Amino acid sequence: MENVETLIYLLLGLPLLAAANTLLLARFENLRDGQAVLLGLVTAGCAYALYTSPTAALETVTLVQLAPQLTLTFTPEPLGMLFALVAGSLWPLASLYTIGYMRGAGEKNHTRFMFFYAIAIHAAMAIALSGNLLTLFVFYEVLTFSTYPLVTHKGTPEAKQAGRIYLGILVTSSVVFLLFGVISVWLLAGTLDFASGGILADRMDPAYVPLLLGLFAFGIGKAALMPLHRWLPAAMVAPTPVSALLHAVAVVKAGVFSMLKISIYIFGVDFLATTSASDWLVWVAAFSILAASIVALSKTNLKARLAYSTISQLGYIVLGAALASPLAASGAALHIATHATGKITLFFCAGAIYVAHHLSDIRDMDGLGRRMPITFSAFALGALSIIGVPPLAGAWSKLMLMGGAMQSDFLIIIFVLAVSSLLNLVYLGEIVLRAFFKSGAHSEGAMAEAPWACVVPLVVTALMSLGLFFAVDNFVLDFGGM
Amino acid sequence: MMQHLPILQVILPLLAAPLAALASRRHLAWHLTLVATAGAFAISLVLLATILRTGTPIIYDLGGWPAPIGIVYVIDSASAFVLPVVSGIGFVATLAARHLVIAEIDARDHPLFFAAWLLTLAGMLGQVTTGDAFNIFVFLEISSLSGYALVAMGAGRDRRALPAAFNYLILGTVGATFYVIGLGLLYMLTGTLNLADLSVRLAEIENLRPAYVALAFIALGLFLKMALFPLHLWLAPAYSHAPSAVTALMAATATKVSVYVLIRILFGVFGFEFPYMTQAVGGLLLTLGLLGAFVGTFAAIVETDLKRLFAQSSIAQLGYMAIGLGIMTSAGIAASFIHLFNHALMKGALFLALGVIAAQTTHLSLHTIKGAGRQIPITMTAILLGGLARIGVPLTAGFISKLYLIRALIDSGLWAVAALTFVSSALALVYVWKIVEHAWLTERPENAPVLTETPGQWAPAWILVLATIGFGIYAGPLVEAAFGAAQVFGPDIIQATQTIEGLQIIEGLEGQE
Amino acid sequence: MSEIAAHWNYYLVIILMMLGFYAVIARGNMVKKMVGLNIFQTSVFMLYISVGKIDGGTAPILTGDPASVYSNPLPHVLILTAIVVGVATTAVGYALIIRIYEAYGTIEDDEVAVLIDSDQDARERADAEPAS
Repeated sequence: MENVETLIYLLLGLPLLAAANTLLLARFENLRDGQAVLLGLVTAGCAYALYTSPTAALETVTLVQLAPQLTLTFTPEPLGMLFALVAGSLWPLASLYTIGYMRGAGEKNHTRFMFFYAIAIHAAMAIALSGNLLTLFVFYEVLTFSTYPLVTHKGTPEAKQAGRIYLGILVTSSVVFLLFGVISVWLLAGTLDFASGGILADRMDPAYVPLLLGLFAFGIGKAALMPLHRWLPAAMVAPTPVSALLHAVAVVKAGVFSMLKISIYIFGVDFLATTSASDWLVWVAAFSILAASIVALSKTNLKARLAYSTISQLGYIVLGAALASPLAASGAALHIATHATGKITLFFCAGAIYVAHHLSDIRDMDGLGRRMPITFSAFALGALSIIGVPPLAGAWSKLMLMGGAMQSDFLIIIFVLAVSSLLNLVYLGEIVLRAFFKSGAHSEGAMAEAPWACVVPLVVTALMSLGLFFAVDNFVLDFGGM
Repeated sequence: MMQHLPILQVILPLLAAPLAALASRRHLAWHLTLVATAGAFAISLVLLATILRTGTPIIYDLGGWPAPIGIVYVIDSASAFVLPVVSGIGFVATLAARHLVIAEIDARDHPLFFAAWLLTLAGMLGQVTTGDAFNIFVFLEISSLSGYALVAMGAGRDRRALPAAFNYLILGTVGATFYVIGLGLLYMLTGTLNLADLSVRLAEIENLRPAYVALAFIALGLFLKMALFPLHLWLAPAYSHAPSAVTALMAATATKVSVYVLIRILFGVFGFEFPYMTQAVGGLLLTLGLLGAFVGTFAAIVETDLKRLFAQSSIAQLGYMAIGLGIMTSAGIAASFIHLFNHALMKGALFLALGVIAAQTTHLSLHTIKGAGRQIPITMTAILLGGLARIGVPLTAGFISKLYLIRALIDSGLWAVAALTFVSSALALVYVWKIVEHAWLTERPENAPVLTETPGQWAPAWILVLATIGFGIYAGPLVEAAFGAAQVFGPDIIQATQTIEGLQIIEGLEGQE
Repeated sequence: MSEIAAHWNYYLVIILMMLGFYAVIARGNMVKKMVGLNIFQTSVFMLYISVGKIDGGTAPILTGDPASVYSNPLPHVLILTAIVVGVATTAVGYALIIRIYEAYGTIEDDEVAVLIDSDQDARERADAEPAS
């Protein structure tokens, strides 16, 4: 069906169009920013159309042949379409929010910012729809380099330092480990195409599967698996819309998505399960989950705490990939969506607080909930979703991950997940409690919310977390053996 | 006409050189040079197309004397691959030379400058075309001698060009003489100088001891010429003090031609099967290549002078080419050919773009380009893209090079070398990003001179930048041509890969440990 | 001993070669470096010429006598070319030395090196505080 092909081209092309428009319309601020939101909405529509298209998975689009055996190919498959939908539908909200934030906080160089933002979305879309490992790698790097100007946007020495850490970790890990893994797969399997059930079974000595998996697990630095997580807190110096992009829409999600995609379509869940190759990764992920949560407790800067919370949550998804059971894989896929809506809400709120009151330390936020009721209500919803309390979306994905752990006989992981939920409750709950039930320096005064362009997106994403709980049926993917 | 193309390839720039020297009218020398280099480029493209179409080598008997008595020029898949690189860069660099030479060289010297320019180009093209080992030496010296003169012409702006050229001359001559010594031993052994004939007769000889010595002398001489670590010390001063146009031309082509000659002699004459080839020569190339990759990269990281920075990075790049050769498979040679091509494009683009700035300032350092990203965005973007290609970012030609080099390494079970190569290429990020931070993330000091750019200045650099990106996105023909070129020197080992089972590769890993 | 006597020319070549090479590397004076380089090259010329010589051979001129023994002319011709190259190299080298003397007032390697460093420093200072 050529319809699907058109959708693929649209999903890849619309962000680029938005980027080009941004440059062309640099002089007309409202037009420049308005078209980004508008094109974002169209992109979201396309992503939804693709996700619901019954024939999508049968289509393959080859963009260009780089060299013999090496092509840039796009093949929608359920997991990728889900990620495209997440990124696509959060992009217009993030764009709208960016307008409010950038103008409210008085940041400079809007055009450059919006341009690279759109390029980053383009790269995320390409990663989502990538049909082979090479395409995934290529756009993984495009994403890294296009987000660098965003991270260093402020141009301060701290921003430059953050940029160095950001690029240093992400590029080094991807070049040294990931590309190594990609070329190894190329040599082992003779192909780089994603295929359901994996392409490596029977092609390599099972004893070396853990090694190869390690190349990918640590090569995909964007998944922020400890000890490669340093770049994420460092990148906190960037403006908040960037943090939203990094944490929810594109970057870390692209990382864990790649991890999931590789374990499902390159290794194959069954192959990993029969070789027990990913057992070690389960423990690494479990460590990452708990350790990051504990570090989060000690942070009093709101964005830093959220950053460590993200590292912990990414551990869930890597865990889902490592557990090598269909249920865990489905849970991990779902967690990409649920965590995205939850975490983007939290970051939007953090940014709104900064724009309205220039506060970033949690201890200064006592009683602030009375002055920003909408923002903090949304924050509470997002936090509950991250913690995993029904009726919010995060509950489902955690439940499925626990089920997956049971399927793979990792009972202790259920315990890890439970402890981590408790820790979530402590470090996120504290913020909500302080805001609503304590009084402090900033609690007096009239209601003072951030500009509407900031508030609307965060309300929408908070409601999405709620809505996702009830519509979850549509987003549970079947990787066999349910 | 058509059958005389191999000789015209060399003769055209060679004859144009004295004409350029005699040109008296302003700019006439440049126009002559442009026409000659465009002609040479066109001829090399025709030759490449012919070879790709027919697949059979063109042998041109000089003066009608057939080999092995006479000197022959041989256009095969390998030389036809390298010729367009040299002549193409020569053409684009000539385009840029117009404004660079006006800015950097005294007007009276222009005719002589372009005469030397054409001679060095003719010498390089001759080295690639000829099928005679002694002829290679002659052309090597033609290109080198005019090269020393070209480097020394930087003295008008920076007197350090003179000692740099002198050291280059001493080391270059030592290298060339080593080559001649080795060649003399081979001649004593075989009685021939024709490359093809040499390889045939060498295979029949039983007492190979003089041949070992010959191999050592020739390899050492060419290592010097291609600036392989630790024989690279002449390169950075020569490139950094030479006029910008000369730096672009030489950085992009001169060392590459020496790599090509090394390939010709190592694999075309001695061959994979030659005793000690794999262990001694291969091991040496791998070791020195890796060391060069790291030393060059670290030297570039601490460097603040931009021309010198990228000259150091060339040392690392030549290291990668040496690694490709050291693998001792045709896949490795192909990887070196791919990198030879891509590196010529990248380095040409980088130095031509740097030239735009160098022509306006007395000293080209990180300080000079502070905040330049706003003032001259087009030039700085070219430098950035060239730098990204250097790191091997996907969608640039550098990525393709890296991919095939690593693939060839892993294919031969050289896992540790592959990993170290990755590490060194990732380190290049540091100095590329130093440039980004200075050019874009720093405000331009208020009293710094205002930099300008015009399309005439940046267009040549951008031709090469676009080629770098083009060959990064659509590298199929390049890869095929490079594998075809490697084919000249041995069996098609890449085909064997298809049948290798994963298990065997894993066994290679065990053997490595 | 007779081994050496029979190949005395090759030993001479090696001694000359090493002498010249040593001078190139060890001498700080640029003129001496050039002299060393010339000796080094000349030794190679002699190596080639020795190879072409055949005992009892005459000059390679066609005489119509098929039994006449003559020296191999090819190495000699090659060296003719190499000598030309060597002369050109020497010329360029001395030209550079004259220019270096004009620019630096010395042709000693180490003294020039000091001046090169001070050139670098001067330029870096100029960068740090650009002339306004």
